Amino acid sequence: MSALPVLVVERWTPESRIALAVAALAAVVLTFGPLWLGANSVDRLTTLFIYVILAVTWNALVGYCGLVSIGQQAFFGLGAYFAVRLADSGVSVYPSLFLAAIIVGALSLPLSAMMLRLKGGEFAIGMWVIAELAHLLVNLDTLINGETGTSLISLNAYATDERRALTYWCAFAAMAGLLAVVFFLLRGPTGAAIQAIRDNEQAAESIGVRVTRAKRIVFVLAAFGAALAGALWVATAVTFQPKTYFSPQWTAYMIFMALVGGLGTFEGAILGAVVFFAIEAWFGGAGVWYLVGLGAAALVFALALPRGLWGWVEDKTALRLLPVGYRVRFLGERAVASAPPSDKSGT
Amino acid sequence: MIFVNQIVQGVLLGGYYALIACGLSFMFSVMRIINLAHGSLAILAAYALFVLADRFDVSPFLGLIAVAPAMALIGAGLQRAVLERSARGGLLVPVLSTFGLSIVIDNLLFQQFGADTRSLAPYIGDLSYDSWPITDDIAIGKLAALTMATAIALLGGIQLFLNHTQLGRMIRATAEDSDTVGLVGVNARRVNALAAAIAMATVAISGAFLAMRATFNPYAGALQLIFAFEAAVIGGAGSLWGTLLGGIVLGVAQSLGASVSPQGFFLAGHGVFLLALFLRLYFGGFGLRLRRVVRGQA
Repeated sequence: MSALPVLVVERWTPESRIALAVAALAAVVLTFGPLWLGANSVDRLTTLFIYVILAVTWNALVGYCGLVSIGQQAFFGLGAYFAVRLADSGVSVYPSLFLAAIIVGALSLPLSAMMLRLKGGEFAIGMWVIAELAHLLVNLDTLINGETGTSLISLNAYATDERRALTYWCAFAAMAGLLAVVFFLLRGPTGAAIQAIRDNEQAAESIGVRVTRAKRIVFVLAAFGAALAGALWVATAVTFQPKTYFSPQWTAYMIFMALVGGLGTFEGAILGAVVFFAIEAWFGGAGVWYLVGLGAAALVFALALPRGLWGWVEDKTALRLLPVGYRVRFLGERAVASAPPSDKSGT
Repeated sequence: MIFVNQIVQGVLLGGYYALIACGLSFMFSVMRIINLAHGSLAILAAYALFVLADRFDVSPFLGLIAVAPAMALIGAGLQRAVLERSARGGLLVPVLSTFGLSIVIDNLLFQQFGADTRSLAPYIGDLSYDSWPITDDIAIGKLAALTMATAIALLGGIQLFLNHTQLGRMIRATAEDSDTVGLVGVNARRVNALAAAIAMATVAISGAFLAMRATFNPYAGALQLIFAFEAAVIGGAGSLWGTLLGGIVLGVAQSLGASVSPQGFFLAGHGVFLLALFLRLYFGGFGLRLRRVVRGQA
């Protein structure tokens, strides 16, 4: 007589079903946000949605695929730029936001061919150079007036309240859509592939993972997400100054959100965006010390808690609210009659 | 004739890029880490020299006697406190932690010194503008020549040190295989701390030359990191001299670009970097690679 462990492989748990129901309810409530919220709250939530987009797409690139980019502001700035450019050439302003992100996503495809051949720190700073180059090229467009910048003038066609609500809905739809895309991508074969690449690229390749293809999907998705965030940002801020949009501080924000929330956890990136949003609301006025704190937090989390707050919660409680992976649960032991097959000694 | 002058000035500018890239590629070759706080640390050294010159009337060259060892100590501390722990976390963590560190340094400098641009030029007398006329169109600035001479001396000195001293051999062995050197009695941790100290001492020197030839502000570090990285990638042909070559290529491209259009300085610099990267990635045997500078010595 011996005992075999009874194991079940599961994805959905009772908690995660509740979490999904809560998320769906929150989505419905938030959809009607502009109808019952004050103007200030609507603006703030729009900002939060943009942060979530940045955090979740950057987390997919870095936390799941292991590609640390310091140059996502390239796509953020280009998204804003193309939105301004398209709106100036007569495209209706809200469609131009999404169109701009599609253009940037398409541009990132040829870029990925070259950049994805780089590894580690070389990829990180190489992307930063790309951001600097994109900044310089955008400045060459006379529409932008160099560092003086320009505005999304066609927003004036809408009354203030209407514009606020429309921007809110665009940001909300973009966030919900990207969350769904990233969620299903990570659950699917690509999600397994990119995590295998992150953990060991050679081993992944040796078992047949199409490394370049998997990396490219995530790279383009992250570029699209950052570009959409940039386009939405220019819709809320109205003015476009190249220097603020192509600033590495956006990457600093993304690093903070993903690291503090939980690098490589789906829920963590959302948590990180909420934490960052709250910290900015409370300490944003502290100016330089606020930025020192962000940098220090990134440093401390990278060294001491690289899987962030949510990673810590997951390790302690095995809680999975929005499951993108599988887990094995031990149910107990079952007695079996046969002898262990490995025991062949003596006879 | 104007282009000859642009090329001459570009070559001299390349001396500065070689200086700042030297520490970055040295550290990468020994510890396999690209330190994203590299530029910010150079600016930190520049501010330290500025304070010495401004408050205590210490010439920047004398100031380096204090600041370079201080930066070396910071380097060793940094290796122990941050880089060593980061490197254990894989490829991801060093990038994140050193970027976090650069944000902290930049903003603390801003907190302390404000947004004013500074320069060490007023503290070095006529060295900052004196030059030797070569022809009617071409003049070689004394400071630029000194920068180039320092770069050559520093790169040559490191090369000699790596090739001909016991410590240099230990550093090369550690870069090759930090686990195995432990078996023959080398303390890899100490060797890495020493290498970080050397790298930071070179960062102090490059910070001094940056501050003497141009102006700087608390956020100037990011651009210095990018230039250092570009020079190292363009020229990293397996030896420290490749870094010098990379710096010169970058400087000449920027100098020629600047003569074409005002934006051309940066555009040409980034352009030549991408071209070098493209050549290396698609014609890998070309040898243009930011790789083990130290191993290339063996």
